[in-house]
Amino acid sequence: MRSERRRRDWNGPSTGAKLAAALGLLFLHAPVWVIVLYAFTTEDRTYRFPPPGLTLRWFEVAFARPDIWAAMKLSLQVAGLATLAALVLGTLAALALAKRPFRGKDQITLLFVLPIALPGILTGLALLTGIRKAGFEPGFWTIVAGHATFCLVIVYNNVIARLRRLPDSWVEASMDLGADGFQTFRHVVLPQIATALLAGGMLAFALSFDEIIVTLFTAGHEETLPIWFYNELFRPRERPVTNVVAVIVILVTLVPILLAYWLTRPDEHAGS
Amino acid sequence: MTAAIELRAASRAFGTVVALDSISLAVAPGEFFALLGPSGSGKTTCLRLIAGFDRADSGEVLLGGVDVTDVPPFDRNVNTVFQDYALFPHMSVAENVAYGLKVRGVNAAERRRRAGEMLELVRLGAYGDRRPAQLSGGQRQRVALARALINQPHVLLLDEPLGALDLKLREEMQAELKALQQRLGITFVFVTHDQGEALSMADRVAVFSQGRIEQLDTPRALYNRPRTAFVASFVGSANVVEDAFAERLTGRRQAFAIRPELVEIVAAGDAAPEGAVRCEGTLEDVLYHGASSRCHVRVDGGPVLAVARAETAAPPGAELRQGARVSLAWRPEHAVMLEAQ
Repeated sequence: MRSERRRRDWNGPSTGAKLAAALGLLFLHAPVWVIVLYAFTTEDRTYRFPPPGLTLRWFEVAFARPDIWAAMKLSLQVAGLATLAALVLGTLAALALAKRPFRGKDQITLLFVLPIALPGILTGLALLTGIRKAGFEPGFWTIVAGHATFCLVIVYNNVIARLRRLPDSWVEASMDLGADGFQTFRHVVLPQIATALLAGGMLAFALSFDEIIVTLFTAGHEETLPIWFYNELFRPRERPVTNVVAVIVILVTLVPILLAYWLTRPDEHAGS
Repeated sequence: MTAAIELRAASRAFGTVVALDSISLAVAPGEFFALLGPSGSGKTTCLRLIAGFDRADSGEVLLGGVDVTDVPPFDRNVNTVFQDYALFPHMSVAENVAYGLKVRGVNAAERRRRAGEMLELVRLGAYGDRRPAQLSGGQRQRVALARALINQPHVLLLDEPLGALDLKLREEMQAELKALQQRLGITFVFVTHDQGEALSMADRVAVFSQGRIEQLDTPRALYNRPRTAFVASFVGSANVVEDAFAERLTGRRQAFAIRPELVEIVAAGDAAPEGAVRCEGTLEDVLYHGASSRCHVRVDGGPVLAVARAETAAPPGAELRQGARVSLAWRPEHAVMLEAQ
């Protein structure tokens, strides 16, 4: 009985399960590879399969176009500033809500995570209405503010999870030894949540970088990279240029996400 | 002389649970003071009020005669050794020890020198560059001690300092802590649930129960003259005879306690010593403990009393069989009258 069971474990999953997993991965990843493939096609109007030939020409074309650079720069600025705002506000919120109980704490906690569940279209609509009512013109800063709303949740979630694992006695020991609140944060809490901040920040950055729905509502004439993509779909010429930019975006977002994944592995020794 | 620590009618409640119920106590400078009690008795809350981690709902906390009730922990001249040691994992042992100096703006060279001295004091001079995770439990505790002492506090608080150590190490550390305290002359206040630890280390012990101090006394007085049934049975073991049965034995309706080692088993028929209190019963069981054995005797119409018999003093044990009829006797002055609760 025992040995039979062990033999089955040793054999691993069945062929059917392996096949299903392979198909699932293919379904998830094949479209991405198609995008990458057509960045190199010689044909510029339709996506014929297989591509008639391969070329690096579109990279040259893409690098020469100022609108791409402008959109890229804008997206990086927005993502950078939204992430920065989220890091500061998300950490402060997490610090306030992690430990001491107070009246209404559970409700406030829920209100903090709720925006991530809210459809982007509602967030966008609400922001637009709010911005107009407050007398602001949609523009660069309203995009940043819009992105900060969901970036904040990501940072908050990462930081609060780490803070909850932080023993109260570490903070108490620091205060006991003469450190005030700020010194304790700087020397004890920050080193412990640093990787959580890095991971949360990179996820937030990646989310902001490819966000389109909220951006459509909160932008004026600004064209972030995702909006540039969207507009590009209606132009029939130089189609592979879109793919080239897509490849760049994949690379730009993949690196931080892999890093974030690596930094928050469950087997890591916090802070070491 | 001004008390090193004084609590005046300090109370603290968490929701509906009263953790401390109007506690007053004074600890003399240089005293080794124990807060003893079962879990949930309020001893740790009391320590946290002194450290400043928690604030009394009412009452006052004084350190060296100065009211510190509203002073945050970082402005109190008190340091703490935590139950889990609370060493910072991202700092080396030396950095941990030097932390108190660093946050006070002491320069790096001076910090290194004094941290080295403190580590020598706790015999860990060679371990400064290690991480806390690379040390054993006993070593971590000594690091925590060095870190707490580097600021030269007037008072050192220790929260269950030996709780996480195994028995042998615990006994070594008891002696070491006691010696250290005498050498430094600092007031030590430690929390423990282990009565043996409190009796062997402390100059005075406050016994806590349900947020109140049941008795505050020297270890010897606690053991020999417990005032309440709780103290009698929590500090050492004791037979507590309730007032109804006490009246039958002594003619006085007042509960009393008698230590098992002060009760004698007299063979049936033998004459009891002059003036002894005597009662008859049936031997229920005998537990052999090496140096002594412990007999449980059900007194006729009364409670089960424990009797501790030193092996050397005992007559051949073969006579004591389960179910045997025996007589118990003790000197009336050995019974300690207890306050009604």
